[in-house]
Amino acid sequence: MKSQISTNIKQKIVVVGNGMVGHHFVEQLSENDQFEITVLSAESRLAYDRVHLSEYFGGKTAEDLALTTPENYLSLGVNFQLNAKVNQIDKSAKFVTTESGDVYAYDKLILATGSFPFVPPIPGKERDHCLVYRTIDDLDEIQTSANNGKVGVVVGGGLLGLEAANALKKLGLETHVVEFAPQLMGVQLDQAGGQLLRSMIEDLGVTVHTDKATKVIIDGETSVHRMEFADGSHLETDLILFSAGIRPYDNLAREFDLTIGERGGIVVDNYCKTSDDNIYAIGECALWNNFIYGLVAPGYNMAKAAASHITGGDLQFTGADMSTKLKLMGVEVGSIGDAHAKTAGAQCYTYENQPDNIYKKIVVSQDGKTLLGAVLVGDTSDYDSLLQYALNGIELPKAPDSLILPSSSGEKPTLGVDALPDSATICSCLNVTKGDIIAAIDYGAVDVGEVKSSTKASTGCGGCTALLKNVTDNELAKRGVEVSTDICQHFAYSRTELFHIIKAEKIKTFADLIHKHGNEQAKLGCEICKPAVGSILSSVWNDYILQDDHLPLQDTNDTYLGNMQKDGTYSVVPRMPGGEVTPDKLIVIGEVAKEYNLYTKVTGGQRIDLFGARIDQLPAIWERLIAAGMETGHAYGKSLRTVKSCVGSTWCRYGVQDSMTMAIFLENRYKGLRSPHKIKFAVSGCTRECAEAQSKDIGIIATENGWNLYVSGNGGMKPRHGDLFATDLDDETLVKYIDRYLMFYVRTADRLQRTSVWLEALEGGLEYMQSVVIDDHLKVCDELEKQMADVVATYQCEWKTTIESPEQLKRFRQFVNSNDTDKNIEFVTEREQIRPARFEEKTYQGQIINTTDITELNIIEKV
Amino acid sequence: MNSNTLLTANSKKSQQENWQTICHQDDLVTHSGVCALLANDQQVAIFKINDNEVYTISNWDPVGSANVLYRGIIGDNKGEFFVASPLYKQRFLLNNGKCLDDESLTVNNYDTRIHEEQIQVLVA
Repeated sequence: MKSQISTNIKQKIVVVGNGMVGHHFVEQLSENDQFEITVLSAESRLAYDRVHLSEYFGGKTAEDLALTTPENYLSLGVNFQLNAKVNQIDKSAKFVTTESGDVYAYDKLILATGSFPFVPPIPGKERDHCLVYRTIDDLDEIQTSANNGKVGVVVGGGLLGLEAANALKKLGLETHVVEFAPQLMGVQLDQAGGQLLRSMIEDLGVTVHTDKATKVIIDGETSVHRMEFADGSHLETDLILFSAGIRPYDNLAREFDLTIGERGGIVVDNYCKTSDDNIYAIGECALWNNFIYGLVAPGYNMAKAAASHITGGDLQFTGADMSTKLKLMGVEVGSIGDAHAKTAGAQCYTYENQPDNIYKKIVVSQDGKTLLGAVLVGDTSDYDSLLQYALNGIELPKAPDSLILPSSSGEKPTLGVDALPDSATICSCLNVTKGDIIAAIDYGAVDVGEVKSSTKASTGCGGCTALLKNVTDNELAKRGVEVSTDICQHFAYSRTELFHIIKAEKIKTFADLIHKHGNEQAKLGCEICKPAVGSILSSVWNDYILQDDHLPLQDTNDTYLGNMQKDGTYSVVPRMPGGEVTPDKLIVIGEVAKEYNLYTKVTGGQRIDLFGARIDQLPAIWERLIAAGMETGHAYGKSLRTVKSCVGSTWCRYGVQDSMTMAIFLENRYKGLRSPHKIKFAVSGCTRECAEAQSKDIGIIATENGWNLYVSGNGGMKPRHGDLFATDLDDETLVKYIDRYLMFYVRTADRLQRTSVWLEALEGGLEYMQSVVIDDHLKVCDELEKQMADVVATYQCEWKTTIESPEQLKRFRQFVNSNDTDKNIEFVTEREQIRPARFEEKTYQGQIINTTDITELNIIEKV
Repeated sequence: MNSNTLLTANSKKSQQENWQTICHQDDLVTHSGVCALLANDQQVAIFKINDNEVYTISNWDPVGSANVLYRGIIGDNKGEFFVASPLYKQRFLLNNGKCLDDESLTVNNYDTRIHEEQIQVLVA
């Protein structure tokens, strides 16, 4: 035995087969000069890209598809022989012989013989124009055949079959797919997914025949062939392509006594070593763990494992994920893991949208915690995050179906990228893991572009772009390189952070805050931070908002406790809890409106708005209203507006609870609460929902047993249906939940963020909110309730405080040096009431300003 | 200091200049604005940053077409003081009337001083 090789002699490596995987193996070893590599290929050309074979009919040439060239191999010192089919192995003497009788000795033999298309044993299969779809030579034959025909049939409706059908279509043939099974892509898709794929492909002009067993192929009457099916039907065609699966090219190994699997394939271990220590098998001819991988990526990994073992390394092949995402004739198809829900106890969620041709299914484990598989047809946008859930065993959200439902049905849970292990593959094309991305950032990459160029992630199909950005941003954020959430140039804090600072350090004034925590250059603050801090100070301490310290912080509406209109006048809105008003109060409102000649209108929030009050008229107006027992309606504030209501069980014959009393109670409880944005409530007395509670920040609908609570609804610019938060609550629990919900909103929302946007932006969404408010997951409920109790206890009518203060009243005048009024404010009468005069209607000539001509305006101003 | 900041009685301006007395200095509100009517019927907005810095600009909001600038929030941007219109939030610099949000806009600005505890604005 001369198995011992002396170290100064190169090891002889013989590679049988030069497909994509065989070539990949050569690449692994070609730069190592300890090896002398010889490639023996039965084909007439060196390795080419079989994955993109159909592009051969889209204009690509064999050269375009080539993965290497003879010159390239020669320069690498790789010997090769084309048209050299090996037909003999001598395992003990370690040499192989080709058909032509050439002998090649080896120290290590690599079998990368690939696979061949399976052709079912149908009588007539050997006829002319019955072809397979595997090699460039096959394609040339198909092309020639197609030139003389009109109709083409692909036998086999799997992934490759559909690829082949696409090729026939490109060649201009009337194309049919004949499938033995009841559906297309039976391996990857379930029945419903297969059905949708079928209808979409048929819409593209490909006729699909399923449940068809071809009995015989004979001469056709109108075409070259007639395929006769077991069910008695037939189909005439000029060309038949068989694409009914692959079979490993294992005959050589079989003949020379390497261990072969029951149904074919050369058995290999984790190093891709066969039953003979000096022979390896890689790619589609190899059977690992009783499985043949018909994809190129696992083949590459096998090539790497074998090369590693030969060079003394320990890289192993431990299987591969067969999940697939691809476009077939433009139809998006994705399949992950256990697509058929074969796992014991597996449960499925499906979403089907027939008008838009979308079908999605996820398969989850019995306990609902892990994702086992998925089927996506028509829309694979969820593929990447679903794959991460499946591959990494990430725990699913409580409602797993939210992962595949359209975003209009609520916020789609985003996969927290922190949950991904470093080994998680982010880019499967280029095999880039989260760890690789972290390494790139550690090495200095500071944005997605740099991560991309250093890892090559997302430079393949690009499907992982969003995930890559997510991971990159998250990692950068961890290192402090984040997109600024600073509220403005004066504070390096978000609103939420400012809230916590103010509360924790018991800061009571803006001056104190900007002194202790403002940026170095900050002096006065600005129109962004001042109202935001004013609101926070009010939420936390609930002082009179117009006291000297706070006055400069307020927006003009708060400063003058009214809503400024376009001409600089204000509107006046007394509170009318639940929309309830006594005739006496209504009369006073009418009298005031009449006396001051105010435009009067009923609002959407069930109260009355008086427009056109000059700044100097406001105190007198409010004095009258307050004397009649009314108080401010906070229509001007970022605070509770109204609690809209129906009369409920008090009057209505359908009402099941007293919605009126509840609405008035709630409005009085939360009036004056300063918040990130305005807050609207509604209470409906029965399920008819006359108060439209589901479009409010807080919506309450009476049930036979109590109250259903809806949260974060919205009308306005971006309507949002409220989410059902809790059901059948008693009065006490209802109020408790609202206390907590509102105060949590006040604490954590961004400035000018309504509850709808806030909830949608919150990671974990509604479920998270429920866990905070109902289950006290954060252990803050006591504090939230206490804080709300403080606000409720310290309520004051701001207008009452204001009219009682002579100092405050001094501010309510147009001129500091005159009792005149602003002559620019003019009204005309329309429908028996006033409205602001338009420019051309004005009589005052002192302010000759054409608002439409800014340039002219400037000139006039400067005169 | 620019010409718009508070000028005391030893102003280098000549005697012929027409300084209109507006109000007592205590009538101003720190970090806030008041409005005054000039003899020529123009309205001006007067803002007090502190005892030594008082600015006057036209009260007319050229975007909203209303006499409201004195009711805006004042703030600082890169060291310069501005008022943000209460109607549509455009910011106007207090020292020269320039709009920070639209270069084509400028409002008139006026020299201001304290004379014997009285706030005075240079009218012409």
